[in-house]
Order: sequence, then structure tokens, then C-alpha cells
Amino acid sequence: MFKRWRQRVTFTDIVVWAIGIAIGFAVVYGTIVTWRRAEYTPEQWINLTIDGLKVGGIYALIALGYTLVYGILRMINFAHSEVFMSGPFTAVFLAMYLDKIGFYNAQPLISLILVTLLSTAVSITVALLLERIAYRRLRYAPRLVPLITAIGASFFLQYTFRGMYGNDPETYPTLDVLQGVWMLGPVPVPKTDLVVIASAFFLMLILYTIVQKTKTGKAMRSVSEDKEAAALMGINVDKIIVFTFGMGGASAGIAGILYALIFSQVHFYMGFIPGLKAFTAAVLGGIGNVVGAWLGGTLLGLIESLGPNLFLSGLGIPAANQLKDGIAFAILVFILIFRPTGLLGERISKTKA
Amino acid sequence: MSKKTLIIISLVVIASFVLAACGAPKAECTDPLGCVTVAKGEPIHLAYAMVISGPDATLGTDSRNGIEIAIADKGGKLLGHDIKFDGEDDQCSAEGGQAAGTKLAADPSIVAVFGTSCSSAARVAMPLWSKAGFTVVSASNTAPDLTLAGNENNHPGYLRTAHSDVVQGAAAAQFAWEKLGVKKAATIHDGSIYADSLQQVFADEFKKLGGEITAQESVSPDQTDMSGVLTSIAAGAPELIYHPIFIQAGTQLILQGRQTPGLENTYQMGADGMFSPDVMEGSGDAVEGVFVSSPDFTQFGPDYEAKFKPAYKAQFGSDPVSIFHAHAYDAFNLIYACVEKVAQGDKEGGEILIGRQALRDCMYATKDFKGLTGNLTCTPTGDCADPKIAVYEYHVGQYPPEKVWP
Repeated sequence: MFKRWRQRVTFTDIVVWAIGIAIGFAVVYGTIVTWRRAEYTPEQWINLTIDGLKVGGIYALIALGYTLVYGILRMINFAHSEVFMSGPFTAVFLAMYLDKIGFYNAQPLISLILVTLLSTAVSITVALLLERIAYRRLRYAPRLVPLITAIGASFFLQYTFRGMYGNDPETYPTLDVLQGVWMLGPVPVPKTDLVVIASAFFLMLILYTIVQKTKTGKAMRSVSEDKEAAALMGINVDKIIVFTFGMGGASAGIAGILYALIFSQVHFYMGFIPGLKAFTAAVLGGIGNVVGAWLGGTLLGLIESLGPNLFLSGLGIPAANQLKDGIAFAILVFILIFRPTGLLGERISKTKA
Repeated sequence: MSKKTLIIISLVVIASFVLAACGAPKAECTDPLGCVTVAKGEPIHLAYAMVISGPDATLGTDSRNGIEIAIADKGGKLLGHDIKFDGEDDQCSAEGGQAAGTKLAADPSIVAVFGTSCSSAARVAMPLWSKAGFTVVSASNTAPDLTLAGNENNHPGYLRTAHSDVVQGAAAAQFAWEKLGVKKAATIHDGSIYADSLQQVFADEFKKLGGEITAQESVSPDQTDMSGVLTSIAAGAPELIYHPIFIQAGTQLILQGRQTPGLENTYQMGADGMFSPDVMEGSGDAVEGVFVSSPDFTQFGPDYEAKFKPAYKAQFGSDPVSIFHAHAYDAFNLIYACVEKVAQGDKEGGEILIGRQALRDCMYATKDFKGLTGNLTCTPTGDCADPKIAVYEYHVGQYPPEKVWP
């Protein structure tokens, strides 16, 4: 037993483990130092956690698009970040118009619904067009081909939207209803944050139900198991794939509005970083897995907002918050090293891969 | 060397002696750095190195416009010679500075360079130009180290008409302490030399005045999510956040700062990098009450409003698009005056010699020069500005912002 184990272990493994242990130690040490220093009040930790949850919820919704498409087509749809951008970047003009005629703050709920509908519709349209024009013909091409196409499509969409709406960022008008804070016990929490967290959570719940409990969801899962067999069972594979892209587009469009509620600014390049982060989240949770997307997104959001203040500043790194993107992508690297299938990922069998 | 080449060379040398003897009173170059010889009918070559493309293009084109107006004011002539004005793009980066620097340094006909637009480009280009013997005047570099005696980035031949950020950062600190009565402040920079040195000067000055700096944080220039950095700043409960950064990250700080618990009523203040209509556009209603520091246009000489601005509008079709056009105008006139003074030879349009060291000496000796931006006096390290910094306050729907101090 021990002998076999010794044969299996290579020098690389030992180095990788050593790095892992060193990082783990640094994280624990930094955390202890920070706790000892008691720099932040408990309220502030709660605020940081809420920041993490709200960004995490948005990551999760975008990650869902990556994960669903990957589950069914085994391809990474890198143009999904542009699906996410197209919705809110279009809807901002509606929001600005509604604000101008005074409707936006007079009827905030109806306005929000209108804006969300437009954003979702645009995102779904872009996602479906992508599938129809860029991916369908390449469905049986070698895996590298649709990947490169996705990157090309991503640039194409970015600069198309730049051409249509211009180079400058546009700003969503402020919703007076969502200004200010609600008291969560003794802790003040911005209203926007709570709305975003709650909406993201319910959306994930709905999408999860669709995938797990409905007939279409069942068909989706069977297509992701085996396309040919599913077709033989009378499932219209094309239709299911279109539905999957539509679902990813819808969740991205809504995520875009939630994003706009928090950050206000939208521009043609806004999808890039959230898209990368959401992809990281999808890999972190186990790509192809809906619960994994939610778990990965939430975890990534939390690590990003808590990490710098929790252990980096404890390690004596000045201005630690600028490293939050660094933490996010370091996690991606380490996940790929230590657990390539992600937290909830299934081991991909040869036939699927 | 073959015999033939020797003969040709000696012929050329003899010919040049003969030709030179025909000319008017012939001056001899005794300058330690050599001279630029401008023959009769040839133009005097002045070059620029400014950012004229990309997101910061308004900064460079605005300064270039200032110089073009200055040239037009002189009728396009200097000592009877035409002025040849062309240049390179410094791209507001070290890489662009390297490229523009190398290209210009290779051209010995250049007498002086106007530029660079950005301090990061100046750091790289300046060693090359200093070695080439140029006199360099920047209208918009504000990093303190460029004119700090003994600093490795302070090179002979460098001068600027823009204020050093030592002045701007200190003015911001005084404004916060005296006018706003703030006792605790935090700073945020974006990793650029400009922002980092400004916030450091601010912090030092603010502490000297008796204030407390609760945090010196940093963001990246294209960062969107500021919640982490703002929450950790809120832990120190500052009354003012000084973020002398650029528009993209700056507007996000303005937007999210207003929503972060504990920072709702905290003052926010930027520097001249955020003096732009884009700030209004990017931050919507949250812009109300945000402060920015900038050169004080109201203290400029009377010619600024009466002559310069109409000329700018007539020539380029708009009001000045950035803030350093007047500084560039002055930079040109400083060089103009000194070339006039140090040139030897026939000053009525014939052949002249411009001593490179002599030109530098003349520039550094500038005293009480009446320019658009004030009375310029150059220090031995090249600070020529007559800095008048004002603080402006943004209001929703009102641009330019309102001057509130001093």
C-alpha cells in the first residue's frame, strides 16, 4: 500500500503540496493577526460579508450561463460576458428616458420591471443569435474551434455595441426608493444590497427548479448526458440547446440590471471582468453544475470582499484591497491545480470530454 | 580610407570655409553642448511630445493647441526664420515616452522640446533628451520628483510651467484643514505616479497641520467594485476622502462612497485629473458636493480671457478642452524669448547659432516673466510655475464646477 503510494507521488506533487500548505499557513496566520488587532467592528465585518454576497449573487447568475452551456455543449462560451453587457447597456437608455419624463421615480417598481424586461430581452436575443450564427455550425467541430469563435464573437459584440452606443460610460439614474439603509438588527445595510441579494437568490432558486423539476429541465439534463441517446428518445436536441442559451441569456440580462443597481455605470467593456470572475466561479463550483455555480459565485464574492481585509492586511500588505482581483484569479489557478473538477464537479468521463 | 574619399572630404571642408567666409559676420560656436546652426531661409525646429491619441488625448491636444496659438501670435516667425513645429505621441505612458524620446533625440535640428504630457513619459524620455542637449519644457508634468534637486529623475535641461504636485497636494490639505475643518482624512491612489505622489504630499501636509490620516488605500484604475476598500476606509471614520485619481475609478468611488455605511456624509475630493465634464456624466446625482483642485483660471492674466480664449475658439472651434493650454502657451513664449536672446549671428533672418547650454542657462535664469498663468520665475531645477491652486465644488447639472477656495 505504502509502496504503491510512494510510486505514484512525483516530485511535482510534493512541490504543489508544499505551496498549498504554505498558502494555507499564510492565510491562517494573517487571519489570526487581523483578529488580534481588532481593526474592524463586527458591523463592518457584516458589511463586508454583505458586499461579498451581493457581488457573489451576480457572479452566480452569470456563472449559470457558462455552466449550462458547458453542461450541454462541452464548450466555454466566452462571449457570455457580452451577453451580460448587452442587456443593461441597452436598457440604460430606457431608464434615462423614463427618468427624463419623471416616470422612473414616480413608479419605481413598474420602471424596474420595464427596464429588466428590456435588458433580459436584449440579452436573450444576443445569446440566441450567438448560438444560431456562431456556434450551431461548429457543434461537431474540434473543441478548439468553437472556443476561438467564442473569443472572436466576444470582441465582435463588444465593438458592435461600442459602435452603436459610443465609447463613454452611461449612468443609470438613481432610484430614490432604494436609497438609504434598512436596519438589520444593529447593522445598517444599504437597501440596494438587500434587494440585489434577495433577487439573485430567488432567481437562482427558480432556475434550479427549472433544471431539476420541469420536463424541459429533464430534457436538458439528458441532452447533457448523451446527445445521441436523447435524440433517439424523441428529444429535440436543437430546441433544448436554444432553450439553454435563452436561459443563460435571461439570467445574464437580469444579473446586468442587478449590477447596474449597485454600480450604476455601464459601458461596452463592462462585461469583461465580471465575465472572467463568473467563469472563475463556475470552475470553482464545478463547471456544468447549477448548484456549483451558485456556491462558486457566492464563495468567490465572499473571498474577494473579506479576503484582503481578513488575511492580507494581517500579513502586513499595505493597501490590501487592490489585490482583490489577484485573490480571485489565484483561486482559479489553485483550483485548477488541486481540484480540476471544482468543488461539486463530477469527474468527466472520457466519452463526455 | 581611400584617397578618393580623402580628397572629397578635404574639398568639402575647403568649400565650406570659403562659403562661410562669404557670409555675414560669422559667429563661432563655443558652447560646451554644441550649437544648432540655422542657415538662412531654414526654419527653426521646435518639437512636441504630447499625448494626442487614446483616452487622455484631450490633455495633449489641448497643450498643443496652446502652443499653436502662441506661434500664430508671433506671426509664425522667430528671428526672421519660420518655425517648424512637429512632434510625437507620448501616449501618456512610459512606453510612449521611450518611443517619442528616442525618435526626437535622434534629430539634431531640434532646438527645444515641448512635453511631455505625462510625468511617466517624462521619466523615460528626459535622460535621452538631456543627453541630446535639448531644452525641454513641459506644460503638464506635475510629479514632484522631476524638479526635485538631487533626484535621479531631475535632469539638466528640464523645465516645466505646470505646478508641481507638492503645491497641489499641499493646497488640498490646507483646504481640508482650514476651510472644511476636517480633522481625519483618508487617501486613495490608483498606482499611478501622479496619484501616489499627490496623496503622499496631501498626507504629509495634513499631518503637519495637525490632522490624522486614517488610511492610505489603493485601487486599480479600471476597478468597478469599491465596496471592500470603502468599507475598510470607513473603519477609520474619516471626514474626508482624498482620491486624486482619474475619471473611471474616480466616479465609481463617488457613486459607491455615498452608499457605504459610515461614509454617507464624508467629503470627497479629487485633483485636476478629475476636472472634467466626464465626471458629471459618470457619477450622476452623487457628484453634488465633490471637490476638485485645479489651477485657478480666475487668477490668470487679463489676456487669458480677452485674447487667448477667443483665439482658441476661433482656431479650434471650442473652448479649451483640458487645463494646461495656458501653461503650454507660456512654455512656448519662454523658449521664444530665450532663443531670441542667446542666438548669435545675423538676427535679421540670416544664419544663426543657438548654443544649447546657453539656451538652458537663459531658461533657468528666467525671472518675473509675464505669462498668461502668472509671473514665471524658474528655479535652478526647472520649476517655472507661478502656482495658483483653487478648489472647485461640483454641483449637479453645472459645469464648470463652482470655485470655493481660496
